[in-house]
Amino acid sequence: MIKADYVIIDPLGMHARPATALLKLSRNYKSVVTIQKAGKSVPVKSMINILGLAVKAGDTVTIITEGEDEQAAALAMEHFFTVEMKNF
Amino acid sequence: MVSWEASFIYLSEKQKTMKGSGLSPGIATGKALIIRRKEPVSAVRYLENEEQKSDEIKSFDLAVEAAVNEIRKIIEVCGSNFRPDDISILETQTEFIADSQLRNDVADCISKDNMTAVSAVRKVTGEMAKTFGEMNDEYLRARVTDIQDAGNRIVRYLLRGEEYTVPVKNRDTILVAEDITPTEALTLDSKLICGILTAEGGRTSHAAIIARSRGIPAVGGCGPEIMSIPDNETVIIDGTSGEVLINPSSKTIKEYEKRKKDFDSNAEMLRQLRDKPAITKDGTAVALYGNISSFKEIENLTECGGEGVGLLRTELFFMTSEDFPAEEEQFEFYLQAAIAAGKKPVIIRTLDIGGDKQLPYFSFPAESNPFLGYRAIRISLDRQELFLTQVMAILRASMYGNLKIMLPMISGINELREAKEIINIAKSRLAASGKRFRENIETGIMLEIPSAAMMTGLLAREADFFSIGTNDLCQYTMAVDRMNSKVAGLYDHFNPGFLRLVATAVEQAHQHGKPVGMCGEMASDPLAVPLLIGMGLREFSMPAASIPVVKQIINSCSAGSCEKMWKKVMRMDKQEDIRLFLKNEMK
Repeated sequence: MIKADYVIIDPLGMHARPATALLKLSRNYKSVVTIQKAGKSVPVKSMINILGLAVKAGDTVTIITEGEDEQAAALAMEHFFTVEMKNF
Repeated sequence: MVSWEASFIYLSEKQKTMKGSGLSPGIATGKALIIRRKEPVSAVRYLENEEQKSDEIKSFDLAVEAAVNEIRKIIEVCGSNFRPDDISILETQTEFIADSQLRNDVADCISKDNMTAVSAVRKVTGEMAKTFGEMNDEYLRARVTDIQDAGNRIVRYLLRGEEYTVPVKNRDTILVAEDITPTEALTLDSKLICGILTAEGGRTSHAAIIARSRGIPAVGGCGPEIMSIPDNETVIIDGTSGEVLINPSSKTIKEYEKRKKDFDSNAEMLRQLRDKPAITKDGTAVALYGNISSFKEIENLTECGGEGVGLLRTELFFMTSEDFPAEEEQFEFYLQAAIAAGKKPVIIRTLDIGGDKQLPYFSFPAESNPFLGYRAIRISLDRQELFLTQVMAILRASMYGNLKIMLPMISGINELREAKEIINIAKSRLAASGKRFRENIETGIMLEIPSAAMMTGLLAREADFFSIGTNDLCQYTMAVDRMNSKVAGLYDHFNPGFLRLVATAVEQAHQHGKPVGMCGEMASDPLAVPLLIGMGLREFSMPAASIPVVKQIINSCSAGSCEKMWKKVMRMDKQEDIRLFLKNEMK
């Protein structure tokens, strides 16, 4: 299991467009990806659950990856939250 | 006479006004077309055995697949007419339709509560929409429409219903609806629709985003009363103020026609200028930045064509706080600026108080010459903990954008060295506590004290960039307080001595290969812009609203003739002659 914290850098927070990209990305891995904010945690599987966390700009989220390819999944997540999030 | 008056009163009584919120700017006058959605109906029934249940779940899955495929088909068929943003809205919609939580909940309702797939979808999406509708966030509340749209699409396939299309036939139609779903909004014919009026919806609804991207004026949040507007009624909407006029008098129509013309020509000018680079006729590129006091101004700055923030003042933020803002609070403020600016540079000026700017929670010693006294960097170097806190917050936020530090009121090399030393201490403190920051953040200085401007070349060895603050530099050079009306007449940035000082600073910075900009009022003075280009200045920072005007000036002059102009001005000995000469050149 790999855990990492990221600050949300999109001004609208985790809105529908990055959430869509995150869902697509996580489907590339066998690992279970979980997103956590302020103690609430949901699997990265459902748009409605991700939006329901109400993640805003400047919030810190914890991403947990667990499974046989968790290394690769965690790296992809790091790239997503530090680089791709700037482009939505 | 009497009958005329009576009919006038009758007419003015009939004109009705409403107020919503502006979703997409612009004015539209047209005929109302009311969209009343027919909900697909189905008889309520309950499932009796396991076989029926598994059949219902199967048909739910098939309906989801069909609804997703339909959207994929829209992308495939119309994709080339869509903007990339529109396509991602559609892709997002497929995520709502095929949502795994939605499927789990629907399957539960079917297998545990014996509900049909249709009732289950209605119940589950209704509850989800309710939860989102109660959220404390405009963006998330606006997602209610997405969830309802997803539910309706699935239900339509379950009932094998027809896809609902908006029956627009005439030009100048103003669409009136409870709300517009994303797929409806995308398939609207923008040649026929001149405006959108909705009972619900905020600025982040898809209808608003699409209306803005297509330049269709839109007003939302008017309440359900708008659904009682008769079809074909004349309606005026003002997408800037949110005003709605129903059955307006011919006088009102004329008045709004004029407003529409003014708005459209101004918007057209801004639109044309916004994406054009500021470049002289002979090909010299000039960068135009904005002066701001809060990250909230960045959106407007970008609209006006700003390429970044040339000056983010931090005084206002400090002045409106109860006490010196803590590191976390400052981090949040600079982070928002970094985020809002994206890849564009943001130059943050460290606290510039003193002079005429006081803090309610900090007592300044009484001075006879506050502008020559304890202010700006002098306070920062004296109260080092305050400066350290600010720098640590900027350094941390710089991880999320292109932030730079700018020091105000530097008079010589010692202040620059001391300030950089403190910045290094801030870095090692952050490193020691495991906080991430940008190691190679650029540190520049304001040139607003004559001694610093004269020794720009010497400072250039240790400063990464310069910004000429003409307001202070001018008053220090001519020794004039421009707030004092008896002497304010002496304050003039066309004073030949002052012009030479500015030119010296620009030249020396460039000799050392260091960027130099200008953030004072002179940078947006239409008369001064060509002269400054003639001196070699290539970076201008100003209030956002001035950017289009300055860009027009730059686009219409040539750097070569500006240089000649500056050479001629060099031979003139008084500001009045220089102004007159520049005015004639501008014609």
